[in-house]
Amino acid sequence: MRVVRYLLQNPMSLFGLLLLLAFVLIAVFAPLLAPPTEFQLSPYDTPRAGFWATPQPPSPEARFGTTQGQYDIYYAVIWGTRTAFKIGLGVVIISALIGTAIGAIAAYYGGIIDELLMRLVDVFLAVPFLIAALVLTVILGKGLVPIIVALTAFGWMGYARVVRSEILRIREMDYVSAARAYGASDLRLIVLHILPNAFFPVLVLATMATGSMVLSASALSFLGVGTEEGYADWGNLIAYSRNWIVGQAGNPFQFWYTLVFPGAAIFLFVLAWNLVGDALRDVLDPRHQV
Amino acid sequence: MMTYALRRLIMLPVVLFALSLMIFGLQMSLSPTQRLAAYAPTDDYLKGGQEMIRTMIEQYGLDDPFPVQYARWLSNILHGNLGWSETARQPVATALSSLFPATMELVFFAFVPGLLCAIWLGSRAGTNHNKWQDHSIRVFAILGWSFPTYVFGLLMLLIFYSTLDWFPPGRLSQWAITEVNSDEFTRYTGANTIDALLNWNWPIFFDAIRHLVAPVITLMYVNVASITRVMRTSMLETLRQDYVRTARAKGMPRKVVELRHARRNALLPVVTVAGMELAYMMGGVVITETIFDFPGLGQFAAKSAAGLDFPAVLGFGIYFALVLVALNLIVDLIYPMLDPRVKTR
Repeated sequence: MRVVRYLLQNPMSLFGLLLLLAFVLIAVFAPLLAPPTEFQLSPYDTPRAGFWATPQPPSPEARFGTTQGQYDIYYAVIWGTRTAFKIGLGVVIISALIGTAIGAIAAYYGGIIDELLMRLVDVFLAVPFLIAALVLTVILGKGLVPIIVALTAFGWMGYARVVRSEILRIREMDYVSAARAYGASDLRLIVLHILPNAFFPVLVLATMATGSMVLSASALSFLGVGTEEGYADWGNLIAYSRNWIVGQAGNPFQFWYTLVFPGAAIFLFVLAWNLVGDALRDVLDPRHQV
Repeated sequence: MMTYALRRLIMLPVVLFALSLMIFGLQMSLSPTQRLAAYAPTDDYLKGGQEMIRTMIEQYGLDDPFPVQYARWLSNILHGNLGWSETARQPVATALSSLFPATMELVFFAFVPGLLCAIWLGSRAGTNHNKWQDHSIRVFAILGWSFPTYVFGLLMLLIFYSTLDWFPPGRLSQWAITEVNSDEFTRYTGANTIDALLNWNWPIFFDAIRHLVAPVITLMYVNVASITRVMRTSMLETLRQDYVRTARAKGMPRKVVELRHARRNALLPVVTVAGMELAYMMGGVVITETIFDFPGLGQFAAKSAAGLDFPAVLGFGIYFALVLVALNLIVDLIYPMLDPRVKTR
């Protein structure tokens, strides 16, 4: 309760929460905000008005204008919200689970297993994240699942470290000895008594990571791997805008809409998660009382 | 502390070994024909057609079992032969060493001023906790931290290139490239600004600077934002300690206590974070270099990763692991200088 009250009272995190709420609403009501047309195979295929290369400015038909290849920016921004939630939450939840499992096993068994697992973490930390994710996405092919797999494969290490150190800390506490004394099994100790107390540091890490994982995913799309051509994804839109940064002579801002709308969407989404994550860390980190 | 640093050094071969195994494993998911590109320039065997390809696969043993291939590949690498990069159309080692100065130049100009700026901003925010300075610096930091690099970079291009035409993309203008590659210009380091100064060639120097401004600002903003956050938190924590109160109580001026006593100790976590940050910049200014078409290591790594140019990816991976270990080592060595308590631990 203290946490919720703090989040609602602090103006920065309140703003973050409201932004997140807005994104959730956009994602939920996407079919109403941007109804799919009847010839689409999936609602995530952005409808296009022809195949002309030059982007078109906002008009009654396309509220935010169109990209190169005439994809509707408004439609892709709205449905891209769902994509962003899928990628962000998908990557973070799976990597938090993997990381927690590895961290818990390392801390619980200790000794050689701990050493091995932590060296494995070191190896993964020594890998350049974006490049490794890029290679894996290229091998796995285009689409959401490859992106999520690639970002998860190189993004779980932080959770393993945090969970391991939390368990090592909590294990020495009196209430754990008490539970052990009345005969709780090791599995019960870990799952019921220790892990719940390690939950908040993981939550802070996960909240902060959600925004940055969406950033990385759109960076992949920007670099030309990532989602399929025309898939409703913010990174895709940015990639399309790249060739149109330079307007015609005398009118450099001619194609502003190709960059501004998707750029603002990613920026606000990441900002929302970071604001909430920052406030969560302030209130949950015992070393950092407000 | 020293034993810890030494342990890291001993771990390096293990990390490199695991890294090579991982990358080799990924590489093995491709067909022998695709992997042939790692051994010879494509033109060589494409001329010969299917027959030639089959002979060459045989010749390089690309059909052998995994361990056999891995051992052969590893011995090649241990002999200093990193292989051929199809992306750069050069041996990997040549490509990496020719691109390294460009990235270093970019990172140097972004990191050093960025770090100083972040320390200054962070300590200002910390000493003015919950005042307007603190709030505005926090907002500045969290905005920078949330700004997608490519959006920021594209905005920079939009404003400073297509509108004002001050800072063009690339690393040098066309005339400058011709001049730099001519005989009158001696390449000492490969870093354009330094070479221009050593050659006493001011037009080249200013041209190099002109091309550096936009990517440097882009890189700096992200970097400043994340270090500022750490510095602020650390400063707040330090200012709450007893010795700060003691110093104030015995009548020391506020400024002296804050800037001389507290800031020094608050720098400790910043050293760690800045070291990591520098490592990631040296290895991963992928987006910035791609946007500004700046031919450095990050752009090369991204291109070769997208083209599944495994020798290049592995070469880059080794380079990155070495940078990471070296910087961690440096941080470990700086730490005891800032905090004498660490030595006794």
